[in-house]
Amino acid sequence: MDWKVFLEQAPSGGMTYLGWLGSGLLWTLLVSLCAWVIAFSLGSVIGVIRTTPLKVPRALATAYVEVFRNIPLLVQMFLWYFVMPEVVPKALGDWLKQDLPNVLELPFAQFSLWEFTAAVLCLGLYTASRVAEQVRAGILSLPQGQTSAGLAMGFTLPQVYRFVLLPMAYRIIIPPMTSEFLTIFKNSSTALTIGVLELTAQSRQISEYTFKTFEAFTAATLIYVVITLTVIYAMRFLEGRVAVPGYIAQAGGGH
Amino acid sequence: MGGDFDWAVIWRSREVLWSGMLLSLKLFAIALTGGIFFGTLLALARLSSWKILSWPATGFVNLIRSIPFIMAIFWFYFLTPMLVGRITGQQGEAVGPFTSAVVAFILVESAYYSEIIRAGIQSIPRGQPWAAYALGMNYWQAMGFVVLPQAFRNMVPIMLTQAIILFQDTSLVYVVGLKDFLGAASKGGQLTGRIVELYIFVAVVFFLICFGASWAVKKIQAKYSVR
Repeated sequence: MDWKVFLEQAPSGGMTYLGWLGSGLLWTLLVSLCAWVIAFSLGSVIGVIRTTPLKVPRALATAYVEVFRNIPLLVQMFLWYFVMPEVVPKALGDWLKQDLPNVLELPFAQFSLWEFTAAVLCLGLYTASRVAEQVRAGILSLPQGQTSAGLAMGFTLPQVYRFVLLPMAYRIIIPPMTSEFLTIFKNSSTALTIGVLELTAQSRQISEYTFKTFEAFTAATLIYVVITLTVIYAMRFLEGRVAVPGYIAQAGGGH
Repeated sequence: MGGDFDWAVIWRSREVLWSGMLLSLKLFAIALTGGIFFGTLLALARLSSWKILSWPATGFVNLIRSIPFIMAIFWFYFLTPMLVGRITGQQGEAVGPFTSAVVAFILVESAYYSEIIRAGIQSIPRGQPWAAYALGMNYWQAMGFVVLPQAFRNMVPIMLTQAIILFQDTSLVYVVGLKDFLGAASKGGQLTGRIVELYIFVAVVFFLICFGASWAVKKIQAKYSVR
């Protein structure tokens, strides 16, 4: 064991190996959070559409979920990064590969804005299909009478969703949504295959430069575990805070 | 490249693609069998009243579930040759990336399957094992003849869904340079310069297999949900 290795100067980036881990963590979090914004908003829209009586939009939403759920994430990553620029109009493809990287210099990164964008798009759109299923399940778990009561009170269907169904559904699905966020957080490591130097990639890079594989992997593993635990406890706290008294019986009840 | 695709490249690369698919299927079959076997043992250990069994099992499952699959693959790519070397007393040069990947997949899947199986076992009423003990069965007889057969029957749909996810996850061995279906397409793409067509083909094949399988699972689920 040689934990002092992290204090040594790394060959690039003007920082120590600990700095490499830190920048890896930063990019893991940035990719995950940006992708989560897409996943949460698009997933909510698709999930809601799947519970409405609208025929054509519902079929499209179902098709979206089936397509994105049944192709491996890594394959989707390659589709966005390698295939997409070749099948869109040539001008757009060239812009993505040549000009987008120069729009903004990324801090602490040896990759460009294009790799980052592809990774965020891929993870966001993939996870949206999973979020959509959770949102749909949450809405369907509510008694049918709630919709009927809302409509009988003179609410329009959008109002029923806005004021009756969604406020309940989002509370119910906090635990599965937490695990979806943790899934996106872990899945962000697939971005290393297209060159995004996130946490897993940095730990492997450290092991390649220093041969301290055990130390490098242990450090990354600990960071993943600490963040996972933090998210779980934070969401448990939130779940308790927003619980509707007497409705969600299992909330905070432990096992 | 624009719009001119050369789909014949798929036919020209059929051999490397087929051998890649065989590797994916082999890994899938081994990981599924091993994952369910060790997952069952892990679930039993977690539910055990002996803390010496339940604590390490809980810790292992939670640890594996909180790190990325790729991180686990890297870990076992690093650890397996060392452990095999320790056991056989030789340097672990004979251990290739496939063996390491198999170890990683079995252990990761056993953690995921243990959660499913644990839930399945817990869905069986307490009175059943008690009745089995009252009839004079020991622990393994009660589990093997009374609890597990019913638990597995309840779990069939969710275990099959997890199997589909596992099949998709086999593509992750790309990160240690194995030529699975995706890795083979990547290799074929480098040789022919036609990576776009091959990646699209891989996506379509995965989609057809997984979509077909999840459709079949839905049918099975409908059949089993009578209970």
